[in-house]
Amino acid sequence: MAEDVWILGIDMTKFGKHPDKDVVDLAAEATMGALADGGVTMRDVGVIGAGNLMGAGGFGQALQKQVGQTGVPVYNVANACATGATALRVAVMAIKAGEVDMGLAVGVEKLAGAGLLAGGTRPPDHNTWTPRGRDGAVAPIDGRLGTETMPGVFAQIGMEYGHRYGGADFELFARISEKNHAHSTLNPKAAYQKKMSLEEIMNDVMIAYPNTRPMCSANCDGAAAAVVVSGAKLKTLSAEQRRRAVKVSASVLTTDPYEEACQILPNVNTLTRNAARQAYEMAGVGPEDLDLIELHDCFATAELVHYDNLMLCEEGGAVDFFESGAPWRDGSSPVNVSGGLESKGHPIAATGIANIWEICTHLRGEAGPRQIEGARVGLAHVIGLGSACGLHILEKAA
Amino acid sequence: MPTQVPLVDYLVLGDDPHLVAEECTACGAHFFGRHNACASCFGTEFRRVDVPREGSLSTFSIVHMAAPGIAVPFVAAVVDCGGTSVRANVVNVEPTPERVSLGMKLRLTTFPLGLDDEGVEAVGFGFEPAG
Repeated sequence: MAEDVWILGIDMTKFGKHPDKDVVDLAAEATMGALADGGVTMRDVGVIGAGNLMGAGGFGQALQKQVGQTGVPVYNVANACATGATALRVAVMAIKAGEVDMGLAVGVEKLAGAGLLAGGTRPPDHNTWTPRGRDGAVAPIDGRLGTETMPGVFAQIGMEYGHRYGGADFELFARISEKNHAHSTLNPKAAYQKKMSLEEIMNDVMIAYPNTRPMCSANCDGAAAAVVVSGAKLKTLSAEQRRRAVKVSASVLTTDPYEEACQILPNVNTLTRNAARQAYEMAGVGPEDLDLIELHDCFATAELVHYDNLMLCEEGGAVDFFESGAPWRDGSSPVNVSGGLESKGHPIAATGIANIWEICTHLRGEAGPRQIEGARVGLAHVIGLGSACGLHILEKAA
Repeated sequence: MPTQVPLVDYLVLGDDPHLVAEECTACGAHFFGRHNACASCFGTEFRRVDVPREGSLSTFSIVHMAAPGIAVPFVAAVVDCGGTSVRANVVNVEPTPERVSLGMKLRLTTFPLGLDDEGVEAVGFGFEPAG
Protein backbone atom coordinates (compact mmCIF):
# COMPACT_ATOMS: atom_id res chain seq x y z
CA MET A 1 0.00 0.00 0.00
CA ALA A 2 1.28 3.47 -0.85
CA GLU A 3 2.66 5.61 1.95
CA ASP A 4 0.74 8.63 3.14
CA VAL A 5 2.60 11.89 2.62
CA TRP A 6 2.87 15.02 4.77
CA ILE A 7 4.28 18.49 4.29
CA LEU A 8 6.87 18.82 7.04
CA GLY A 9 8.31 22.22 6.16
CA ILE A 10 7.36 24.88 3.62
CA ASP A 11 8.36 28.43 2.79
CA MET A 12 8.01 31.09 0.13
CA THR A 13 9.97 34.29 -0.46
CA LYS A 14 8.17 37.60 -0.62
CA PHE A 15 7.07 37.98 -4.23
CA GLY A 16 8.11 41.18 -5.97
CA LYS A 17 11.17 42.79 -7.54
CA HIS A 18 14.46 41.25 -6.38
CA PRO A 19 17.00 42.76 -8.79
CA ASP A 20 20.00 41.78 -6.64
CA LYS A 21 19.03 38.11 -6.35
CA ASP A 22 19.42 35.51 -9.07
CA VAL A 23 17.14 32.47 -9.39
CA VAL A 24 19.38 30.36 -7.19
CA ASP A 25 19.47 33.04 -4.47
CA LEU A 26 15.68 33.04 -4.38
CA ALA A 27 15.38 29.26 -4.57
CA ALA A 28 18.01 28.82 -1.86
CA GLU A 29 16.18 31.23 0.41
CA ALA A 30 12.94 29.26 0.04
CA THR A 31 14.73 25.90 0.30
CA MET A 32 16.65 26.77 3.43
CA GLY A 33 13.48 28.31 4.84
CA ALA A 34 11.51 25.12 4.18
CA LEU A 35 14.23 22.91 5.68
CA ALA A 36 14.41 25.08 8.81
CA ASP A 37 10.61 25.18 9.02
CA GLY A 38 10.62 21.38 8.97
CA GLY A 39 13.54 21.04 11.40
CA VAL A 40 15.59 18.97 8.94
CA THR A 41 18.63 19.42 6.69
CA MET A 42 19.65 18.51 3.13
CA ARG A 43 21.13 15.32 4.62
CA ASP A 44 17.57 14.07 5.23
CA VAL A 45 16.28 14.79 1.70
CA GLY A 46 16.22 11.79 -0.63
CA VAL A 47 14.91 13.33 -3.85
CA ILE A 48 14.53 16.80 -5.35
CA GLY A 49 11.86 18.02 -7.78
CA ALA A 50 13.05 21.34 -9.22
CA GLY A 51 11.28 23.82 -11.50
CA ASN A 52 12.48 27.00 -13.19
CA LEU A 53 10.68 27.54 -16.46
CA MET A 54 12.46 30.50 -18.05
CA GLY A 55 16.05 29.84 -16.98
CA ALA A 56 18.81 27.77 -18.54
CA GLY A 57 18.57 24.03 -17.86
CA GLY A 58 20.00 22.20 -14.89
CA PHE A 59 18.41 24.44 -12.26
CA GLY A 60 18.14 21.65 -9.67
CA GLN A 61 21.87 21.00 -9.78
CA ALA A 62 22.68 24.73 -9.66
CA LEU A 63 20.58 24.86 -6.48
CA GLN A 64 22.36 21.86 -4.97
CA LYS A 65 25.69 23.64 -5.41
CA GLN A 66 24.40 26.45 -3.22
CA VAL A 67 22.45 24.51 -0.56
CA GLY A 68 23.97 21.05 -0.36
CA GLN A 69 25.34 18.55 -2.86
CA THR A 70 24.30 15.21 -1.42
CA GLY A 71 24.14 13.20 -4.61
CA VAL A 72 20.40 12.49 -4.49
CA PRO A 73 18.28 12.32 -7.65
CA VAL A 74 17.20 15.65 -9.13
CA TYR A 75 14.25 15.83 -11.50
CA ASN A 76 14.19 19.13 -13.39
CA VAL A 77 10.58 19.57 -14.40
CA ALA A 78 8.58 21.87 -16.64
CA ASN A 79 4.81 22.08 -17.09
CA ALA A 80 4.32 25.79 -17.77
CA CYS A 81 2.39 27.36 -14.89
CA ALA A 82 1.84 23.95 -13.30
CA THR A 83 5.60 23.46 -12.86
CA GLY A 84 5.61 23.98 -9.07
CA ALA A 85 2.86 21.42 -8.53
CA THR A 86 4.69 19.04 -10.88
CA ALA A 87 7.89 19.37 -8.79
CA LEU A 88 5.85 18.54 -5.70
CA ARG A 89 4.25 15.54 -7.48
CA VAL A 90 7.72 14.15 -8.16
CA ALA A 91 8.65 14.24 -4.46
CA VAL A 92 5.24 12.83 -3.46
CA MET A 93 5.47 9.99 -6.01
CA ALA A 94 8.94 9.01 -4.83
CA ILE A 95 7.66 8.73 -1.25
CA LYS A 96 4.52 6.84 -2.30
CA ALA A 97 6.69 4.45 -4.31
CA GLY A 98 8.64 3.75 -1.15
CA GLU A 99 11.90 4.92 -2.72
CA VAL A 100 12.60 7.70 -0.19
CA ASP A 101 11.07 8.89 3.07
CA MET A 102 11.69 12.60 2.54
CA GLY A 103 11.77 14.83 -0.53
CA LEU A 104 12.18 18.46 -1.52
CA ALA A 105 10.23 20.38 -4.16
CA VAL A 106 11.31 23.85 -5.29
CA GLY A 107 9.95 26.31 -7.84
CA VAL A 108 11.42 29.69 -8.76
CA GLU A 109 11.08 32.36 -11.42
CA LYS A 110 12.50 35.80 -12.16
CA LEU A 111 9.83 37.53 -14.15
CA ALA A 112 9.83 41.13 -12.85
CA GLY A 113 9.84 43.47 -15.83
CA ALA A 114 8.89 40.75 -18.30
CA GLY A 115 6.39 42.02 -20.82
CA LEU A 116 3.66 40.18 -22.56
CA LEU A 117 3.80 36.39 -22.32
CA ALA A 118 2.76 34.33 -25.26
CA GLY A 119 2.65 30.69 -26.14
CA GLY A 120 3.81 29.32 -29.47
CA THR A 121 6.94 29.87 -31.51
CA ARG A 122 7.92 32.79 -33.66
CA PRO A 123 9.55 31.74 -36.92
CA PRO A 124 11.99 34.34 -38.26
CA ASP A 125 10.81 36.73 -40.95
CA HIS A 126 12.10 36.03 -44.46
CA ASN A 127 12.15 37.90 -47.77
CA THR A 128 10.06 35.27 -49.55
CA TRP A 129 6.84 33.64 -48.45
CA THR A 130 8.12 30.16 -47.55
CA PRO A 131 5.77 27.56 -46.04
CA ARG A 132 7.07 26.27 -42.71
CA GLY A 133 5.89 23.87 -40.05
CA ARG A 134 2.88 21.60 -39.84
CA ASP A 135 0.51 24.33 -41.09
CA GLY A 136 2.77 25.41 -43.94
CA ALA A 137 2.58 28.93 -42.53
CA VAL A 138 4.39 31.54 -44.66
CA ALA A 139 4.37 34.12 -41.86
CA PRO A 140 3.84 34.13 -38.09
CA ILE A 141 0.14 33.55 -37.42
CA ASP A 142 -0.04 35.14 -33.95
CA GLY A 143 -2.14 38.25 -34.44
CA ARG A 144 -3.19 37.17 -37.94
CA LEU A 145 -5.14 34.08 -36.98
CA GLY A 146 -6.30 34.80 -33.46
CA THR A 147 -3.87 35.32 -30.62
CA GLU A 148 -1.34 33.26 -28.70
CA THR A 149 -0.83 35.86 -25.98
CA MET A 150 -1.94 34.71 -22.53
CA PRO A 151 -4.28 37.62 -21.74
CA GLY A 152 -6.12 37.07 -25.03
CA VAL A 153 -6.29 33.29 -24.71
CA PHE A 154 -7.69 33.46 -21.19
CA ALA A 155 -10.03 36.31 -22.11
CA GLN A 156 -11.58 34.00 -24.71
CA ILE A 157 -11.82 31.20 -22.13
CA GLY A 158 -13.82 33.43 -19.78
CA MET A 159 -15.97 34.90 -22.55
CA GLU A 160 -16.80 31.40 -23.77
CA TYR A 161 -18.20 30.58 -20.32
CA GLY A 162 -20.33 33.71 -20.50
CA HIS A 163 -21.55 32.71 -23.95
CA ARG A 164 -22.62 29.29 -22.69
CA TYR A 165 -24.22 30.30 -19.39
CA GLY A 166 -24.77 34.07 -19.50
CA GLY A 167 -24.14 36.75 -16.91
CA ALA A 168 -20.38 37.12 -17.31
CA ASP A 169 -19.61 40.62 -18.49
CA PHE A 170 -16.60 42.93 -18.18
CA GLU A 171 -17.83 44.29 -14.85
CA LEU A 172 -18.22 40.84 -13.31
CA PHE A 173 -14.70 39.82 -14.27
CA ALA A 174 -13.41 43.14 -12.91
CA ARG A 175 -15.17 42.48 -9.59
CA ILE A 176 -13.29 39.19 -9.30
CA SER A 177 -10.08 41.18 -9.64
CA GLU A 178 -11.36 43.68 -7.06
CA LYS A 179 -11.79 40.80 -4.60
CA ASN A 180 -8.26 39.53 -5.09
CA HIS A 181 -6.64 42.94 -4.80
CA ALA A 182 -8.62 43.54 -1.59
CA HIS A 183 -7.53 40.18 -0.17
CA SER A 184 -3.85 40.89 -0.85
CA THR A 185 -3.77 43.88 1.53
CA LEU A 186 -3.54 41.36 4.39
CA ASN A 187 -0.73 39.29 2.83
CA PRO A 188 2.79 40.53 3.55
CA LYS A 189 4.22 38.08 0.97
CA ALA A 190 2.16 39.55 -1.87
CA ALA A 191 3.97 41.51 -4.57
CA TYR A 192 1.14 44.07 -4.56
CA GLN A 193 -0.82 44.88 -1.43
CA LYS A 194 -2.99 47.71 -2.76
CA LYS A 195 -6.76 47.87 -2.67
CA MET A 196 -8.16 48.84 -6.05
CA SER A 197 -11.69 50.08 -6.72
CA LEU A 198 -13.84 48.57 -9.44
CA GLU A 199 -13.60 51.85 -11.40
CA GLU A 200 -9.81 51.89 -11.16
CA ILE A 201 -9.65 48.30 -12.40
CA MET A 202 -12.07 48.80 -15.30
CA ASN A 203 -10.40 52.06 -16.40
CA ASP A 204 -6.85 50.72 -16.26
CA VAL A 205 -4.91 49.83 -19.41
CA MET A 206 -6.80 47.28 -21.53
CA ILE A 207 -4.56 44.38 -22.43
CA ALA A 208 -7.03 41.96 -24.07
CA TYR A 209 -10.74 42.70 -23.55
CA PRO A 210 -12.07 42.16 -21.01
CA ASN A 211 -8.73 41.79 -19.13
CA THR A 212 -7.23 45.10 -18.03
CA ARG A 213 -3.76 45.22 -16.53
CA PRO A 214 -4.79 44.63 -12.87
CA MET A 215 -6.87 41.66 -14.05
CA CYS A 216 -3.71 39.94 -15.28
CA SER A 217 -1.32 37.94 -13.11
CA ALA A 218 1.52 40.08 -11.83
CA ASN A 219 4.97 39.32 -13.27
CA CYS A 220 7.45 39.26 -10.40
CA ASP A 221 10.35 37.34 -8.88
CA GLY A 222 9.88 34.67 -6.24
CA ALA A 223 10.46 31.14 -5.05
CA ALA A 224 8.75 28.54 -2.91
CA ALA A 225 9.89 25.21 -1.53
CA ALA A 226 8.34 22.32 0.38
CA VAL A 227 9.80 19.40 2.28
CA VAL A 228 7.54 16.33 2.20
CA VAL A 229 7.85 13.26 4.38
CA SER A 230 6.29 9.81 4.64
CA GLY A 231 3.83 9.11 7.44
CA ALA A 232 6.13 6.41 8.78
CA LYS A 233 9.08 8.81 8.99
CA LEU A 234 6.90 11.56 10.51
CA LYS A 235 6.02 9.25 13.41
CA THR A 236 9.71 9.22 14.41
CA LEU A 237 10.00 13.02 14.55
CA SER A 238 9.33 15.46 17.40
CA ALA A 239 5.90 16.35 18.74
CA GLU A 240 6.27 19.87 17.36
CA GLN A 241 7.14 18.59 13.88
CA ARG A 242 4.16 16.24 14.00
CA ARG A 243 1.81 18.98 15.26
CA ARG A 244 2.68 21.35 12.38
CA ALA A 245 2.80 18.71 9.63
CA VAL A 246 0.09 19.07 6.99
CA LYS A 247 -1.37 15.97 5.35
CA VAL A 248 -1.24 15.76 1.57
CA SER A 249 -4.60 14.04 1.17
CA ALA A 250 -4.49 14.26 -2.60
CA SER A 251 -1.77 15.08 -5.14
CA VAL A 252 -2.97 14.94 -8.73
CA LEU A 253 -1.66 15.89 -12.16
CA THR A 254 -3.76 15.71 -15.34
CA THR A 255 -3.47 16.80 -18.95
CA ASP A 256 -6.25 17.85 -21.30
CA PRO A 257 -8.08 14.93 -22.96
CA TYR A 258 -9.12 15.36 -26.61
CA GLU A 259 -12.32 17.33 -27.22
CA GLU A 260 -13.48 19.22 -30.30
CA ALA A 261 -11.77 22.66 -30.43
CA CYS A 262 -9.15 21.76 -27.80
CA GLN A 263 -6.33 22.30 -30.29
CA ILE A 264 -7.91 25.63 -31.36
CA LEU A 265 -8.44 27.23 -27.93
CA PRO A 266 -6.95 25.49 -24.87
CA ASN A 267 -9.63 23.73 -22.84
CA VAL A 268 -8.76 24.36 -19.18
CA ASN A 269 -12.08 23.03 -17.96
CA THR A 270 -12.17 19.27 -18.42
CA LEU A 271 -8.67 18.59 -17.14
CA THR A 272 -9.39 20.66 -14.01
CA ARG A 273 -12.69 18.90 -13.41
CA ASN A 274 -10.97 15.52 -13.89
CA ALA A 275 -8.21 16.49 -11.44
CA ALA A 276 -10.75 17.74 -8.92
CA ARG A 277 -12.82 14.53 -9.12
CA GLN A 278 -9.74 12.39 -8.61
CA ALA A 279 -8.57 14.55 -5.73
CA TYR A 280 -11.89 14.68 -3.89
CA GLU A 281 -12.14 10.91 -4.16
CA MET A 282 -8.56 10.33 -3.02
CA ALA A 283 -8.99 12.68 -0.07
CA GLY A 284 -12.48 11.50 0.84
CA VAL A 285 -13.76 15.10 0.96
CA GLY A 286 -16.12 17.16 -1.16
CA PRO A 287 -15.96 20.80 -2.24
CA GLU A 288 -18.30 21.69 0.63
CA ASP A 289 -15.61 20.53 3.08
CA LEU A 290 -13.04 23.02 1.81
CA ASP A 291 -12.27 25.91 4.18
CA LEU A 292 -10.20 27.78 1.61
CA ILE A 293 -9.13 27.46 -2.02
CA GLU A 294 -6.12 28.89 -3.84
CA LEU A 295 -6.90 28.53 -7.53
CA HIS A 296 -5.20 29.62 -10.73
CA ASP A 297 -6.39 33.17 -11.41
CA CYS A 298 -3.77 33.84 -14.08
CA PHE A 299 -6.43 36.28 -15.30
CA ALA A 300 -9.69 37.37 -13.70
CA THR A 301 -11.48 35.67 -16.61
CA ALA A 302 -9.86 32.36 -15.62
CA GLU A 303 -10.97 32.45 -11.99
CA LEU A 304 -14.64 32.40 -12.96
CA VAL A 305 -14.45 29.15 -14.92
CA HIS A 306 -12.55 27.40 -12.16
CA TYR A 307 -15.34 27.97 -9.61
CA ASP A 308 -17.30 25.61 -11.88
CA ASN A 309 -14.42 23.29 -12.81
CA LEU A 310 -13.50 22.70 -9.16
CA MET A 311 -17.20 22.06 -8.45
CA LEU A 312 -17.38 24.85 -5.88
CA CYS A 313 -20.74 25.58 -7.50
CA GLU A 314 -23.10 23.60 -9.67
CA GLU A 315 -22.37 23.31 -13.39
CA GLY A 316 -23.08 26.64 -15.08
CA GLY A 317 -23.44 28.38 -11.72
CA ALA A 318 -20.15 30.29 -11.45
CA VAL A 319 -21.69 33.74 -11.91
CA ASP A 320 -24.32 33.12 -9.23
CA PHE A 321 -21.60 31.70 -6.98
CA PHE A 322 -19.57 34.90 -7.29
CA GLU A 323 -22.64 37.13 -6.87
CA SER A 324 -23.54 35.30 -3.64
CA GLY A 325 -20.30 36.55 -2.05
CA ALA A 326 -19.11 32.99 -1.42
CA PRO A 327 -15.52 33.43 -2.71
CA TRP A 328 -14.74 36.51 -0.60
CA ARG A 329 -12.69 35.85 2.54
CA ASP A 330 -15.79 36.21 4.71
CA GLY A 331 -17.86 33.98 2.42
CA SER A 332 -18.65 30.28 2.56
CA SER A 333 -15.89 29.30 0.13
CA PRO A 334 -12.93 31.72 0.39
CA VAL A 335 -11.01 31.83 -2.89
CA ASN A 336 -7.54 33.36 -3.18
CA VAL A 337 -7.34 35.02 0.21
CA SER A 338 -3.62 35.37 -0.58
CA GLY A 339 -4.49 37.88 -3.30
CA GLY A 340 -4.15 35.26 -6.01
CA LEU A 341 -1.89 35.44 -9.01
CA GLU A 342 -3.33 38.84 -9.89
CA SER A 343 -2.08 40.54 -6.76
CA LYS A 344 0.20 38.17 -4.83
CA GLY A 345 2.02 37.57 -8.12
CA HIS A 346 2.92 34.73 -10.45
CA PRO A 347 6.60 33.82 -10.68
CA ILE A 348 5.62 30.91 -12.86
CA ALA A 349 7.42 27.86 -11.45
CA ALA A 350 7.01 29.06 -7.86
CA THR A 351 3.23 29.46 -7.91
CA GLY A 352 2.30 25.78 -7.61
CA ILE A 353 4.17 25.55 -4.29
CA ALA A 354 3.46 29.10 -3.10
CA ASN A 355 -0.28 28.55 -3.12
CA ILE A 356 0.27 25.41 -1.06
CA TRP A 357 2.32 27.50 1.38
CA GLU A 358 -0.71 29.76 1.76
CA ILE A 359 -3.03 26.83 2.50
CA CYS A 360 -0.56 25.29 4.99
CA THR A 361 -0.16 28.60 6.79
CA HIS A 362 -3.90 28.78 7.42
CA LEU A 363 -4.16 25.09 8.36
CA ARG A 364 -1.39 25.64 10.93
CA GLY A 365 -3.24 28.66 12.34
CA GLU A 366 -0.28 30.90 11.46
CA ALA A 367 -1.88 33.28 8.93
CA GLY A 368 -2.25 36.24 11.29
CA PRO A 369 -4.72 38.97 10.26
CA ARG A 370 -5.79 37.05 7.15
CA GLN A 371 -6.33 33.74 8.98
CA ILE A 372 -9.44 31.85 7.88
CA GLU A 373 -10.68 30.81 11.32
CA GLY A 374 -10.73 27.10 12.03
CA ALA A 375 -9.31 26.14 8.63
CA ARG A 376 -8.85 22.37 8.47
CA VAL A 377 -9.02 21.49 4.74
CA GLY A 378 -7.71 23.43 1.74
CA LEU A 379 -7.30 22.98 -2.01
CA ALA A 380 -4.51 24.33 -4.21
CA HIS A 381 -4.85 24.39 -8.02
CA VAL A 382 -2.62 25.42 -10.91
CA ILE A 383 -2.97 25.14 -14.68
CA GLY A 384 -0.17 25.30 -17.22
CA LEU A 385 -1.09 25.73 -20.86
CA GLY A 386 -0.29 22.91 -23.20
CA SER A 387 -1.86 21.73 -20.82
CA ALA A 388 -1.34 20.38 -17.29
CA CYS A 389 -3.38 20.75 -14.10
CA GLY A 390 -1.79 20.24 -10.68
CA LEU A 391 -4.15 19.87 -7.76
CA HIS A 392 -3.49 19.21 -4.09
CA ILE A 393 -5.85 18.76 -1.15
CA LEU A 394 -4.27 19.48 2.21
CA GLU A 395 -5.52 18.75 5.70
CA LYS A 396 -4.53 19.90 9.16
CA ALA A 397 -2.87 17.28 11.34
CA ALA A 398 -5.52 15.81 13.65
CA MET B 1 -2.37 38.98 -61.22
CA PRO B 2 0.62 37.97 -59.06
CA THR B 3 1.20 34.39 -57.96
CA GLN B 4 -0.63 33.83 -54.71
CA VAL B 5 0.20 31.64 -51.72
CA PRO B 6 -2.09 31.04 -48.75
CA LEU B 7 -0.99 32.13 -45.26
CA VAL B 8 -1.45 28.51 -44.14
CA ASP B 9 -1.85 25.41 -46.24
CA TYR B 10 -5.34 24.68 -44.91
CA LEU B 11 -6.57 27.78 -46.74
CA VAL B 12 -7.40 26.81 -50.33
CA LEU B 13 -7.32 29.74 -52.76
CA GLY B 14 -8.95 30.04 -56.16
CA ASP B 15 -12.41 31.11 -57.30
CA ASP B 16 -13.98 29.71 -54.16
CA PRO B 17 -11.57 30.19 -51.25
CA HIS B 18 -12.31 27.93 -48.32
CA LEU B 19 -10.66 26.06 -45.46
CA VAL B 20 -9.95 22.35 -45.42
CA ALA B 21 -9.59 20.15 -42.38
CA GLU B 22 -7.95 16.75 -41.95
CA GLU B 23 -10.73 14.37 -40.95
CA CYS B 24 -9.86 11.17 -39.12
CA THR B 25 -11.40 8.38 -41.18
CA ALA B 26 -12.02 6.30 -38.06
CA CYS B 27 -13.76 8.78 -35.75
CA GLY B 28 -14.41 11.94 -37.79
CA ALA B 29 -12.37 14.30 -35.62
CA HIS B 30 -11.14 17.40 -37.49
CA PHE B 31 -7.64 18.83 -37.32
CA PHE B 32 -5.77 21.62 -39.04
CA GLY B 33 -2.22 21.00 -40.18
CA ARG B 34 -0.23 17.81 -40.46
CA HIS B 35 -1.01 15.23 -37.77
CA ASN B 36 0.86 12.01 -37.15
CA ALA B 37 -2.17 10.31 -35.64
CA CYS B 38 -5.61 11.25 -34.42
CA ALA B 39 -5.48 12.78 -30.93
CA SER B 40 -8.90 11.34 -30.22
CA CYS B 41 -8.73 7.71 -31.37
CA PHE B 42 -5.07 7.27 -32.47
CA GLY B 43 -6.12 6.45 -36.05
CA THR B 44 -3.54 7.17 -38.74
CA GLU B 45 -5.77 7.70 -41.82
CA PHE B 46 -7.06 11.16 -42.64
CA ARG B 47 -9.08 12.62 -45.51
CA ARG B 48 -9.31 16.29 -46.48
CA VAL B 49 -12.77 17.77 -46.03
CA ASP B 50 -14.11 21.23 -46.80
CA VAL B 51 -15.03 23.41 -43.83
CA PRO B 52 -18.28 25.40 -44.19
CA ARG B 53 -17.61 29.06 -44.92
CA GLU B 54 -20.38 30.26 -42.64
CA GLY B 55 -20.10 30.14 -38.88
CA SER B 56 -20.92 31.79 -35.59
CA LEU B 57 -18.72 33.45 -33.00
CA SER B 58 -18.01 31.04 -30.13
CA THR B 59 -15.74 33.39 -28.21
CA PHE B 60 -13.50 36.41 -28.71
CA SER B 61 -11.15 38.88 -27.12
CA ILE B 62 -10.16 42.33 -28.35
CA VAL B 63 -6.39 42.32 -28.10
CA HIS B 64 -4.79 45.71 -27.37
CA MET B 65 -1.26 44.66 -26.56
CA ALA B 66 0.67 42.36 -28.84
CA ALA B 67 4.17 41.57 -30.04
CA PRO B 68 5.94 44.21 -32.16
CA GLY B 69 4.67 44.30 -35.75
CA ILE B 70 1.12 43.20 -34.94
CA ALA B 71 -1.48 45.91 -35.53
CA VAL B 72 -3.74 46.44 -32.51
CA PRO B 73 -6.48 46.37 -31.50
CA PHE B 74 -7.70 43.27 -33.28
CA VAL B 75 -10.48 40.78 -32.55
CA ALA B 76 -9.07 37.31 -31.81
CA ALA B 77 -11.75 34.67 -32.09
CA VAL B 78 -12.90 31.09 -32.27
CA VAL B 79 -15.51 30.57 -34.98
CA ASP B 80 -17.79 27.53 -35.08
CA CYS B 81 -18.16 26.53 -38.73
CA GLY B 82 -20.79 23.83 -38.78
CA GLY B 83 -19.24 21.97 -35.86
CA THR B 84 -15.58 22.63 -36.72
CA SER B 85 -13.91 25.29 -34.59
CA VAL B 86 -11.52 27.64 -36.38
CA ARG B 87 -9.01 30.08 -34.88
CA ALA B 88 -9.09 33.41 -36.72
CA ASN B 89 -9.66 37.14 -36.40
CA VAL B 90 -13.02 38.84 -36.88
CA VAL B 91 -12.36 41.47 -39.55
CA ASN B 92 -14.23 44.25 -41.36
CA VAL B 93 -15.80 45.31 -38.09
CA GLU B 94 -14.89 48.00 -35.55
CA PRO B 95 -12.90 46.19 -32.82
CA THR B 96 -15.07 47.24 -29.88
CA PRO B 97 -17.33 45.25 -27.57
CA GLU B 98 -20.32 47.18 -28.91
CA ARG B 99 -19.81 45.82 -32.42
CA VAL B 100 -18.74 42.26 -31.69
CA SER B 101 -21.15 39.91 -29.96
CA LEU B 102 -21.02 36.29 -28.95
CA GLY B 103 -23.00 34.11 -31.32
CA MET B 104 -22.94 36.62 -34.20
CA LYS B 105 -23.12 35.16 -37.70
CA LEU B 106 -19.88 35.30 -39.68
CA ARG B 107 -18.53 34.25 -43.06
CA LEU B 108 -15.03 33.52 -44.35
CA THR B 109 -13.23 36.25 -46.21
CA THR B 110 -9.74 36.48 -47.66
CA PHE B 111 -7.39 39.44 -48.16
CA PRO B 112 -3.87 40.10 -49.44
CA LEU B 113 -0.98 40.27 -46.96
CA GLY B 114 1.57 41.83 -49.29
CA LEU B 115 4.20 40.89 -51.87
CA ASP B 116 7.53 39.26 -51.17
CA ASP B 117 10.80 39.98 -52.96
CA GLU B 118 9.81 37.70 -55.82
CA GLY B 119 6.45 39.38 -56.36
CA VAL B 120 4.48 36.56 -54.76
CA GLU B 121 1.40 37.68 -52.82
CA ALA B 122 0.43 35.98 -49.56
CA VAL B 123 -3.28 35.74 -48.83
CA GLY B 124 -4.74 35.53 -45.34
CA PHE B 125 -8.23 34.85 -44.07
CA GLY B 126 -10.61 36.02 -41.40
CA PHE B 127 -14.32 36.08 -40.70
CA GLU B 128 -16.53 39.08 -41.33
CA PRO B 129 -20.06 39.81 -40.14
CA ALA B 130 -22.58 37.96 -42.29
CA GLY B 131 -25.47 40.25 -41.39
